[in-house]
Amino acid sequence: MPTTKTKPDPDVLDVELAGLDALDVPIAPAPSKARRIWAVAWPKLAAVGIFFLLWQSVVWVHWKPSYILPGPVPVLKELWHGVQSGALPKAAANTMQRAAIGYGIALLIGSTVGMAVARSKVLRTAIGSMITGLQTMPTIAWFPLAIVLFGLKESAILFVVILGAAPAIANGIITGVDHIPPVLLRAGRVLGARGLSTYRHVIIPACLPGYVAGLKQGWAFAWRSLLAGELLVIIAKKPSLGVRLELMHQQADYVAMVATMVTIFVIGVVVDSLFFARFERAIRGRWGLVDHAT
Amino acid sequence: MTHAVDIRGVSKVYGPAGAHTFALDRISLNVDKGEFVCLVGASGCGKTTLLNLVAGLDRPGAGEIEVQGRPALLFQEAALFPWLTAEKNIDLALRLRKVSKKERATRVDELLHTVRLDGFGDRRPHELSGGMRQRVALARALAQETQVLLMDEPFGALDAITRDLLHDEIERVWTETGVTVLFVTHNVREAVRLGDRVLVLSSRPGRVVAEFPINIARPRRLESPEVAAAASEVTDRLREEVRRHADDEDEA
Repeated sequence: MPTTKTKPDPDVLDVELAGLDALDVPIAPAPSKARRIWAVAWPKLAAVGIFFLLWQSVVWVHWKPSYILPGPVPVLKELWHGVQSGALPKAAANTMQRAAIGYGIALLIGSTVGMAVARSKVLRTAIGSMITGLQTMPTIAWFPLAIVLFGLKESAILFVVILGAAPAIANGIITGVDHIPPVLLRAGRVLGARGLSTYRHVIIPACLPGYVAGLKQGWAFAWRSLLAGELLVIIAKKPSLGVRLELMHQQADYVAMVATMVTIFVIGVVVDSLFFARFERAIRGRWGLVDHAT
Repeated sequence: MTHAVDIRGVSKVYGPAGAHTFALDRISLNVDKGEFVCLVGASGCGKTTLLNLVAGLDRPGAGEIEVQGRPALLFQEAALFPWLTAEKNIDLALRLRKVSKKERATRVDELLHTVRLDGFGDRRPHELSGGMRQRVALARALAQETQVLLMDEPFGALDAITRDLLHDEIERVWTETGVTVLFVTHNVREAVRLGDRVLVLSSRPGRVVAEFPINIARPRRLESPEVAAAASEVTDRLREEVRRHADDEDEA
């Protein structure tokens, strides 16, 4: 028994809504690009500067003789020399290629297993805690088995890289799915999402924040495992950062050894900030998880 | 079918056998096509359970529910997808109904206009106010081309002035589209302001214990004496219901 429908004055309502909207819209500050870059750049530059200063100070006080612990200047010179001669880029290229292949496979396995475990109660009960167990297992402990199984070959290194990275990625996706607000899943169902479309439109985008954290951690594990592998599994005639590190150690060329270490560190940081940190920031920005007040 | 929503003898039990509690006990109610019905009740009356059942998110333990078409459900929090813009949130509802891409673009603009959010389509949910988010959610619900709109305390978390304007807004949308609305709230004034009928639910178990037809001419105002008078009548009935549970305290 609907009562007579008389419209509320539409024009007044429109104006009032528009007024309220104008007052309500959160104002996000938009600093200039140069200022944003500077805000990110100066703390990093300062940190690097302080680090070099501390390093140089240790050298200056002659805690160890300089042929054992070289200062930053000879190391940077050696680094430059290594880059120019092409030896360092060649070694880095081989190492990076292994990282890419190993991480790629770990991504595929970790994501698939992670999603399956996140969505299936039986699988979670069965192997959920095992994934965390795998993650806590030091990768170096896998090498004896890897060498027995695959020999001193590329595949032994990849095997361990995958074992290092895949559990972190799987755990990331599981955490991501676990933290999806139930109301979003219900909203998806009300809108008619079923089966695959639920994954495509709701579950996968909703789990991204946790997933990206897992991807980031997976990269760290992969890089660590890879370098451990290259130190242990030395493949003839294939230069790599790990091999170079070990070689310089044996030849007592400590300047080149430290220069290689710097390279390993820099690549790890650059890959993280170029891909993972950027991806993470983009997602946090989209979701509105960035606090503009700070 | 003359009713848009027909609920007959529906029960819903929670908890293990033996220690179970009735969320709903043989509840029956119906909503006419194009009618605006409000459900009020104290805590534990199973309002949300009932809407979930009508929306098909859950299955009743006993009884039958008939709904015209597939209903849309508005939640207390807007439940917009935070990774999508306002536009894309609305668009997704159309996409899941397999509306063609070309048609979707026009329809999204129309719907944004319906809720008076033209120009805000590219904002993400966190860039909108609570009231605006709820209007996007309303547009997304309308995108489902539904004949029945279920609303679960949709304005509960909003400030008073926003709520007041959204009462006008939902009333306008209801008038323009002819949609049937089943609206759950704990705010009696709001129920009287909006509803053609107000139904009072009992708590534990939930049942319809009273029905108040509201024959106040529209547009109504939350502050008008007629609304206040009708609301106090409903409130009296509700308080009577709450008093009935004074002895339950020991169990809880």
